[in-house]
Amino acid sequence: MTTTLARPAATDLEIRHAKQPRSGVLLTGAAWIIAVLFVLPVLWMILTSFHTEQDAAANPPKLAAPLSLEGYRSFFDSGPWPPLANSLTASVVSTLLVLLLALPAAYALSIKPVKKWSDVMFFFLSTKFLPVVAGLLPVYLFAQKVNLLDNIWLLIILYTSMNLPIAVWMLRSFLSEVPTEMLEAAQVDGAGLVRTLREIVAPVVAPGIAAAALICFIFSWNELLFARVLTGTRAETAPVFLTGFVTSQGLFLAKVCAASLVVSLPVLAAGFAAQDKLVQGLSMGAVR
Amino acid sequence: MRRRRKLLATGAAVAMATSVASCAGWGGGVGGGGGDTVNVLMVNNPQMIDLQKLAPQFTRETGIKVNFTVLPENDLRDKASQEFSSQAGQYDVATLSNFEIPIYAKSGWVAPMDDYIKADPEFDQADILKPMATALTAEGKVYGQPFYGESSFLMYRKDVLASKGITMPAKPTWKQVADIAAKVDGARPGMAGICLRGQPGWGQLFAPLTTVVNTYGGTWFDQDWTPKVDSPEFTQATQFYVDLVRKHGEKGAPQAGFTECLNNLTQGSVAMWYDATSAAGSLEMAGSPVKGKIGYAPAPVVKTKSAGWLYTWAWAIEKASSHQDNAWKFIAWASSKKYENLVGQRVGWSSVPAGKRASTYTNPQYLASAGPFAAQTKQAIESVNPNNPGLQPRPAPGIQFVDIPEFPDLGTQVSQEVSSAIAGKTTVRSALNLGQQLADDVATQYRKREGK
Repeated sequence: MTTTLARPAATDLEIRHAKQPRSGVLLTGAAWIIAVLFVLPVLWMILTSFHTEQDAAANPPKLAAPLSLEGYRSFFDSGPWPPLANSLTASVVSTLLVLLLALPAAYALSIKPVKKWSDVMFFFLSTKFLPVVAGLLPVYLFAQKVNLLDNIWLLIILYTSMNLPIAVWMLRSFLSEVPTEMLEAAQVDGAGLVRTLREIVAPVVAPGIAAAALICFIFSWNELLFARVLTGTRAETAPVFLTGFVTSQGLFLAKVCAASLVVSLPVLAAGFAAQDKLVQGLSMGAVR
Repeated sequence: MRRRRKLLATGAAVAMATSVASCAGWGGGVGGGGGDTVNVLMVNNPQMIDLQKLAPQFTRETGIKVNFTVLPENDLRDKASQEFSSQAGQYDVATLSNFEIPIYAKSGWVAPMDDYIKADPEFDQADILKPMATALTAEGKVYGQPFYGESSFLMYRKDVLASKGITMPAKPTWKQVADIAAKVDGARPGMAGICLRGQPGWGQLFAPLTTVVNTYGGTWFDQDWTPKVDSPEFTQATQFYVDLVRKHGEKGAPQAGFTECLNNLTQGSVAMWYDATSAAGSLEMAGSPVKGKIGYAPAPVVKTKSAGWLYTWAWAIEKASSHQDNAWKFIAWASSKKYENLVGQRVGWSSVPAGKRASTYTNPQYLASAGPFAAQTKQAIESVNPNNPGLQPRPAPGIQFVDIPEFPDLGTQVSQEVSSAIAGKTTVRSALNLGQQLADDVATQYRKREGK
């Protein structure tokens, strides 16, 4: 993920400071240093994943050790598909649900604001005040009572509710960027609500929706705390599966690096696929 | 018209999302899909990973499908206590150690196995090594079956001792071991006399140290829950341990645990090591630089006849499990003689989950690979008594630990102080004075509960 986020930042800085050569050079340098700092651990992980366990654990590290697929072999031999499928289900379904609920909510908070809309916004934010871990035990006991332990639908519900406030906040700020003049002009031209939404609002906020969706996807894909406590043999997600490679007996670094790389691929792929929209989205609204 | 289309689109999206989840079939209630499954929660040690790979064989024999959750040791302990204390019924079988099983049995979280054992003569309960069976029994009932087990013994470099003209006594005392450590210290460049764990943790430093305390005649608590951490015996033993490791011990001792000591002995940085019998398998593995050079002696003693510890990862059945019959079938397979042979043939004889059955040590194929340490391992396990490891009766079972839920916390806190003493930052006396206070807090609760 770091790569996708770091790169737009660099481009952005380059564009903005093209007219101020000296500070521009400094800032570009700083951006590069930060980008390299973020990317190095990832590169290190990739390199380690292609070493044998013995070379991966060597101290001082052996950079030029012969490459091996041993780590990947033991990862794929350990049956990673069910957890990956579980993670994909939980992330995709919860992201869709979040968008489905957050878009109308954000519309009602920006374009046609309801009464006391700022209180509503604050209410959404306040649901994030409680540390997640504080809600863990009640959620566990509740899930046990209603027979939802080790069920992927429980995670979908949780991830949806956890990401909903973030999505509402992000989408509201994107939607409020839509100029009122455009909406009025559309109304004057006789466009109804659905047409306005589809032809005026949607193109303007599409990058914002992409950014919000990606963030929700990443958060649910990477969530570990709830997944570890609430799942078992059937609804186990990829991050929980990943922790199983760390052992107190024997070497595991190459395996863990290979597993981590494979598990982060879907997020990277989603990031690259949405890159253009993201650059627009991230430099337009909430995260500017 | 348009509104309807939007509704349709929304409906289609929801339907698609639902079908993605449901057609893959990950929903469903607690207890596993149908009658022919067993859900297993286990620690990710190499023996368990082998088992996971061999489990299809069990499914072929019985038609029972096995679902695994595999976790690192600390995560497993968290998950198991969460699962068993709430009796959530998500798992039928879990790997628990001989530390947890008696505690869980008292709380009624695990199911007794006696009826199954009686009905299953092929399992051959009498073949399980006596101390193992004892450690997994509570109030006369069997609550766990060992998967593999270990005691502790002294490992030493035969060639290094010989080059100094030293022979290891058949039953060494700690005094003799300290003398030998002094003589072989520096026998090779960069070689220390002995490796002893100094890393904080109830299961790290205090595993070997408590066995030393036991044989010096000390104990954490006496029978009526009087803490004895600052007693002369406990202090003497700890002082001896700290002095030995400071004078002739490994480099970086305050951070050295099992793994570090294993590396030290393998790489020739120490001449002796007192630790788990299970370490011998790694030392004698093909490709190990010290293969064939290691001698094995019983755990050194002072006042007791034997001093080794006892540890096992064992299978337990959750009380709330709705598939207890399947659970037993799985356990009886995993802890069987047949399974040991299966591992021997498919994975290799050095990977056999040993240390639980007497018959393992008469198996010629196992002995061919484990010859150098097999007899010493069996003897070490058979020589210990988990209920009475020291000179006085104890309020709770356990050799290298006190089998109460508070011990991990207590042991870890005191071990941090003792580790500082090894680092030279504090004294043994002040470390144990603090330990006495902490132990007293625990003991007070037990005295109250027992009305003493």
